[in-house]
Amino acid sequence: MAELLKKDEMKPGAIGEGGTMANLYTGSWRTYRPVLDMEKCIHCLRCWILCPDSAVEISEGKRQETNLQHCKGCGICAAECPVGAIEMKLESEFMREEQ
Amino acid sequence: MAERVALTGNDSAAYALKQINPDVMAVYPITPQTELMHKFAAYVADGEVVTELVRVESEHSAMSAVVGASVAGARAATATSANGLALMWEVLYIAASCRCPVVACVVNRALSGPINIHCDHSDTMGARDSGWLQLYCENCQEVYDNTIQAVRIAEHPDVRLPVMVCFDGFILSHTLEALEVNDDETVRRFIGQFERPDNLLDVAHAQTFGMFALQNYYYEFKKQQVDAMANAPAVIQQIGDEYAELTGRSYGLLDAYRCDDADVILLGLGSTMGTVKQAADDLGEQEGLKCGVLKIRSFRPFPAEQILQAIAGAQIVGVMDRAVSFGLGGPLFHEVRSARYGHQDGPMLDFIYGLGGRDLGLDDAKGIFRSLADASESGRYEPTTRYVGVRE
Amino acid sequence: MATTSLKKLSEREDLLSGGHAACPGCGGTVILRQVLLAAQQDDYHVVASIATGCMEVVTTIYPNSAWRVPLVHNAFENSAATISGAEAAYRSLKRQGKYEGKVAFFAFGGDGGTYDIGLQSLSGALERGHNFTYVCYDNEAYMNTGIQRSGATPKGANTTTAPAGKVEPGKRECKKDLTAIVIAHNIPYCAQASPHQPRDLMKKAQKATVTEGPCFINVLSPCPRGWRFPPDQTIQIAQLAADTCVWPLYEIENGKLTINYKPREKKPVTEWLKSQGRFKHLFQPKNQYLVEEIQQDVDARWRRLLAREAADSEEPE
Repeated sequence: MAELLKKDEMKPGAIGEGGTMANLYTGSWRTYRPVLDMEKCIHCLRCWILCPDSAVEISEGKRQETNLQHCKGCGICAAECPVGAIEMKLESEFMREEQ
Repeated sequence: MAERVALTGNDSAAYALKQINPDVMAVYPITPQTELMHKFAAYVADGEVVTELVRVESEHSAMSAVVGASVAGARAATATSANGLALMWEVLYIAASCRCPVVACVVNRALSGPINIHCDHSDTMGARDSGWLQLYCENCQEVYDNTIQAVRIAEHPDVRLPVMVCFDGFILSHTLEALEVNDDETVRRFIGQFERPDNLLDVAHAQTFGMFALQNYYYEFKKQQVDAMANAPAVIQQIGDEYAELTGRSYGLLDAYRCDDADVILLGLGSTMGTVKQAADDLGEQEGLKCGVLKIRSFRPFPAEQILQAIAGAQIVGVMDRAVSFGLGGPLFHEVRSARYGHQDGPMLDFIYGLGGRDLGLDDAKGIFRSLADASESGRYEPTTRYVGVRE
Repeated sequence: MATTSLKKLSEREDLLSGGHAACPGCGGTVILRQVLLAAQQDDYHVVASIATGCMEVVTTIYPNSAWRVPLVHNAFENSAATISGAEAAYRSLKRQGKYEGKVAFFAFGGDGGTYDIGLQSLSGALERGHNFTYVCYDNEAYMNTGIQRSGATPKGANTTTAPAGKVEPGKRECKKDLTAIVIAHNIPYCAQASPHQPRDLMKKAQKATVTEGPCFINVLSPCPRGWRFPPDQTIQIAQLAADTCVWPLYEIENGKLTINYKPREKKPVTEWLKSQGRFKHLFQPKNQYLVEEIQQDVDARWRRLLAREAADSEEPE
């Protein structure tokens, strides 16, 4: 937890820098994790434009791994994938693997 | 070159605003403010100002648009009265919290209900905790001068808070007075350019304005406002001094009239103080009563220290309130009495008067002084709160 | 040239960052992302206001913000009035030569802040002709405060202030047709859209950006929490709204109405109702009449839209 700003370190007017929520971690919200089968992916980018958490990363038009810092595991990407390339797996399975 | 002209209170404010030439004004009609708006709209129609005049559909939107304009870097202003100010109420706090240095001319009028269009101070008294500075005017000259100074005070880097210029509905707004106005160039130089440090239109630096501040931050933002308000008395004085140098008309936090050797002092706000000064003169000459008048110009910030100095020698102090806090009494009275606590002793009486535009004449003012003198002599101070001119 | 190519858009920085506090599967943040990406194109920069509500509280928690465009939040009912002040400032400063650059002003609000408490502010700003676009994310209730009924809540929905109980079937009244109210302001551009059709929504945002004068886009914003469906269904529910004609996609450009999506086979409204827990009680026998009423309402509105489109297409250009 970052230390809280003191009164004189805060810009008057409740003004904050844009885009700083990107530094926050919402990955702990997940119950399910999207797992992408890169071989099936056709890079249509539908998962990218429909992600509520800006968690789908694209590079040069190609689907990259999901940003697990932001992904809340809603499963929209899996539900909307036209080729079934994304599977939602229980987070607990990964915890077991990691252990 | 200064010029002597005859203007009503509304026209004085409109003329000052014309010279201020704000980037944006947002206004909505309400009596008795409307003529101010008419006059300014005519300046816009004749191309005499650069202002974008936003003719909003309510006072709530007027204040909302002014906040939007101010965070976008515009010098912005509005004007209203009574229920209009009440409808702005929610956004008044937000304007102060967003640190929008805007100016609002408030033409004082009694709040409904029952509905009434005439003067009292119930409207601006209701906004006294909103985080705005409040300057009250005695006459049309002060309406003009305060409106101009309000811009400088609001935008001062140590303050950056909105300012209300309060003047009495009809009594000042619709009364023609002779006053001296500055030339446009003098005003333009006096107020300077407005530069907002953080600006919504700065697209290269995306910031979020008016954020959601929870238990961990809200308090610090409020303390910043407290600090800014604490800086305001010095700024009001400094800008008043500068203005005096420029125009010969001096302004401070308050105006003490015959207070130095007075036995009886009456405090109050606004146009009534003119009548009370006349009463003090008459009673001094005709009855040998030593009466003083303390007119509060800046009600927010509240100049407690300066008030105590001015009334230190009085045997008894009366406070005139053109508003009532139901279940308590007059707001100004209670603030003055609270300021004296632990510093100054002495009896005080509260005179509620003029609600809904009920006239207070010279004889009434003299009566108030006499009742103070009588109480002082007899040592009987009950009741503390007295209602002047009500039929019972 | 403005584009809706996902490939091209994906090369740009997202204008709403992740890390915000919206519920999983939120339709609102999908809408914001699409609108912002579409609007900030060519030499336009977006400057936005937002009404108090879900999207405001989840994206602007001090000291962090998800917005990569300048944003102002003022209060609940005044997103339109606030942006009208900012737009007036822009016009004034431009005229005085004090500001360079081209700004696309956007005001955002939920259905509570738009259909209900902010309707006056919206109407005023539209009538005054400010050059801005208002985007309503319509999740059909006061979701931020806990799923209370709003003017946008559809007939039969179960909410916390019009709950389905032993004698009451949820909301008895019809959803307010806000888009029709907005159209009555004779603004140059007005549309209904949905996040399941990103191209359509983004095209509409782009049309609104380049149109001089006030524009309005009403976007259906499925809410897993309030509508009672699993969070991965958000986009499918939006699709179902279009397929059942519960939420038709259409636009009115300079008075001429075009329907942007006509389902090949209009699905029965029961499919829509069955997809969400908020309508569950409607399938009790005693509420059957409401299902029929809802179908009739949807059919009547769809017929009127088709008729208006046909009439407009016959009018000389």
